[in-house]
Amino acid sequence: MGKTIPLRQLAVGQRARIAKVDAHGELGRRIRDMGLIPGAEVEVVGRAPLMDPVALRLKGFTLSLRNNEADFIAVDIDAKPRPQE
Amino acid sequence: MSANVIVALAGNPNSGKTTAFNEYTGSRQHVGNYPGITVEKKEGIARVDGREVRVVDLPGTYSLTAYTQEEVVARRVLVEDRPDVVIDVINAGALERNLYLAVQLMELGIPVALGLNMIDEARKQGLRIDAARLSQLLDLPVVETVARTGEGLKDLMSAAVSHGDARRGTPWKPLEISYGPDLDPVLARMVERIEAARFLTDKYPARWVALKYLESDEDIRALGRAAGPLAAELEAMAAEVARHLEATLNSYPEAVIADYRYGYISGVLRQGVMTRHDELSQRLAASDRMDRVLTHRLLGPVIMLAVLYGIYEITFAIGEYPMGWVEAFFGWMNATASAALPDGLLKSLVVSGIIDGVGGVMGFVPLIMLMFMMIAFLEDSGYMARVAYMLDRVFRLFGLHGCSVMPYIVSGGIAGGCAVPGVMAARTLRSPRERLATILTAPFMTCGAKLPVFILFVGVFFAQQEAQAMFALTLLGWGMALIVARILRSTVIKGESTPFVMELPPYRLPTLRGILIHTWERTWQYIKKAGTVILAISILLWAAMTFPQLPEDRTAAFEAQRAAITAQKEAAEAGGEKAAEAETADADKSASGAAVAEAPAGADQAGEPSEAAAEGEKSDPFEEQLAAIDAEEAAAGLEYSIAGRVGIALESVTGAAGFDWRTNIALVGGFAAKEVIVSTLGTAYSLGEVDAEDAGSLAERIKADPHWTPAAAAALMVFVLLYAPCFVTVVAIKQESGSWRWAIFSTVFSTILAFGLAVAVYQIGTAMLAGG
Ligand SMILES: Nc1nc2c(ncn2[C@@H]2O[C@H](COP(=O)(O)OP(=O)(O)O)[C@@H](O)[C@H]2O)c(=O)[nH]1
Ligand SMILES: [Mg+2]
Repeated sequence: MGKTIPLRQLAVGQRARIAKVDAHGELGRRIRDMGLIPGAEVEVVGRAPLMDPVALRLKGFTLSLRNNEADFIAVDIDAKPRPQE
Repeated sequence: MSANVIVALAGNPNSGKTTAFNEYTGSRQHVGNYPGITVEKKEGIARVDGREVRVVDLPGTYSLTAYTQEEVVARRVLVEDRPDVVIDVINAGALERNLYLAVQLMELGIPVALGLNMIDEARKQGLRIDAARLSQLLDLPVVETVARTGEGLKDLMSAAVSHGDARRGTPWKPLEISYGPDLDPVLARMVERIEAARFLTDKYPARWVALKYLESDEDIRALGRAAGPLAAELEAMAAEVARHLEATLNSYPEAVIADYRYGYISGVLRQGVMTRHDELSQRLAASDRMDRVLTHRLLGPVIMLAVLYGIYEITFAIGEYPMGWVEAFFGWMNATASAALPDGLLKSLVVSGIIDGVGGVMGFVPLIMLMFMMIAFLEDSGYMARVAYMLDRVFRLFGLHGCSVMPYIVSGGIAGGCAVPGVMAARTLRSPRERLATILTAPFMTCGAKLPVFILFVGVFFAQQEAQAMFALTLLGWGMALIVARILRSTVIKGESTPFVMELPPYRLPTLRGILIHTWERTWQYIKKAGTVILAISILLWAAMTFPQLPEDRTAAFEAQRAAITAQKEAAEAGGEKAAEAETADADKSASGAAVAEAPAGADQAGEPSEAAAEGEKSDPFEEQLAAIDAEEAAAGLEYSIAGRVGIALESVTGAAGFDWRTNIALVGGFAAKEVIVSTLGTAYSLGEVDAEDAGSLAERIKADPHWTPAAAAALMVFVLLYAPCFVTVVAIKQESGSWRWAIFSTVFSTILAFGLAVAVYQIGTAMLAGG
């Protein structure tokens, strides 16, 4: 298994694979509706000027998510190791 | 129903659904609202192979759950209206995610056809989709389209209609997906019970109902509780599974169901449907490059401010011309009606009540058109989503959403806006609580109609700090809007902030046609309101300021004064044809002084010649006197009317904020339109017609009136800034919030708040003036 960290900690340009989504209710559903489910590959493509929300790239589209919403998502970063790490 | 085929358009937001709908129906479309909610209902007629097809545009959704109004509406239409076929407009570039909705439509069992839209973009991104293979695997028509150019749309519609024809008369054929070893057994048991009891099966397939119970769908559960005793049993079964999943997998049914749906989709796509030529991050390259500038840490906000300011400037700079034409047109109507009708009540009703009332409202039409044209451009291009993205952090502090910025700016966040299009602009917000808070607070901004009041009083009392005072008022508007939004969001509109999970669509060039249709829809809705509700309120306010009329003896007294002047005039004309110019000028001064002395309420008048007298070379001293008497009569009439009596009755209360009865009447009139405040004040001060833009004579009067102090002026400005929105805005609030309740709330709440602050300002200000 790779190293699992909260999505919030990903740096811009970093890629990871979603390990777990822990959000229930409306937030959980919205997250799943957008395809943020375990196994999905994501890349952080940017952060808003005030560092929140964050812009994520998924297969074929970009979506934005607040930091406190990203906290419900855990990602595996060793799935795609970055050269710096 | 004239058309015999009904086709519903479904799809994710930004998939090109509206563009496709416009292509299909052209101008033959009708926009309304679903009763009680603000989701738009669009329908139109299309011609397909010689047949009339009724096309229903469902709201854009990502899913078919019951969390958002849009989803509930989409589901209701599908189930209640039973369209013959649903066309799911799919953004081919994000096929996986878009199929998530398609699968749910298929699970419902309704005939579905897929439009692989934006196939042009997908191809450019190096994506290859085998439509025939997808069609075969899903057993439904799949057609590649480019809604922007119309490519493929005809084929899609024909395929959909014949698919619907083929399936007509047969029961819906729901797709069955396996939900794995934990859910499949319980689903089977639930289906058995549901079918045995015919529980909700008149409308919904049994397996769909069972799934919705597992997903704890509130809408279906409520229907179920009304339908029969099985509801409790199903809820218990769902709860049991949820406990089991929690214990064994540390998961819950909704998440498991979503996983299996996506699993099904990737299973289909893996069978040679789709090949991607490149990697996750290299795609959408052009859009990403634009984002690197447009949402850059420093450049992003600067560009955003420039864009917002630009929109505002363009709207009001260009809007001025057509607004002038509309005003000129209603001015002409006014003059024509005045000339055609005999003096009296009917004339007053037609001219002041109807023409001026509706004219004032129609004057906004050009502004609304321009504003929506630009907002539609920002929305369709994808920039609006970036604005929300950049500002969300700030607005969230106040319980709002990044998208709240547009309504605020338009309403007068940059002084001079207008709350009517502002409130309407709140439609871009898809989060109901944030939208409501925005709608209720946007009218605090310094709209253009409040400016003449501020200019008048700032000019008289704070002339040295004019710019600072105006800026302070604008800031006060922002401050109050944000603070009140925060308060509302933690009281009457309490509730967690709506998740921000939002798509940032790639930048696209909108089509002119799409923008024009969008603009026209909004404008037409507004015009319809002007002709109905607003006309009625306008007449009501006219009546309040007209009735009861002055009693006979008082009108007779004014008539006698007029007769006396007319007699003098005739005598003078008979005797002094050859009077020199210089002499006339002399007579001018003394005559207007005399008129003032004669007038009953004119005792405290400062004896200044009125504006008309100062500028009018041709003006004749007797005409001056007649005008002064007319003005006196108008003032007396206003004082005697219901509005006047209300103003006088309120004096005991409003005195705390330093408002006398004249101010009160003006403020009552200001409810019709804030522009009216200055002119009503003019009438109340017996100055006759006062131009709101150029109120020199009124300024003189106010300066001379000892009742007006800087404290009273400041209190009035604060009050005007914050009190009840004008009624056009109130009607817009009703329309946008979906109920009169919020419109009335806004009126009452704002007025109380404004009055409280005005009293504070007046009392503290007066104490400070006395002390310092
Ligand atoms: N390249 C391309 N752009 C499209 C296509 N269809 C729509 N658009 C553009 O995508 C944007 C969003 O379209 P719209 O119809 O408003 O999407 P909706 O949210 O689904 O109603 C607009 O700027 C359209 O001009 C298409 O097939 N190809
Ligand atoms: Mg649309």
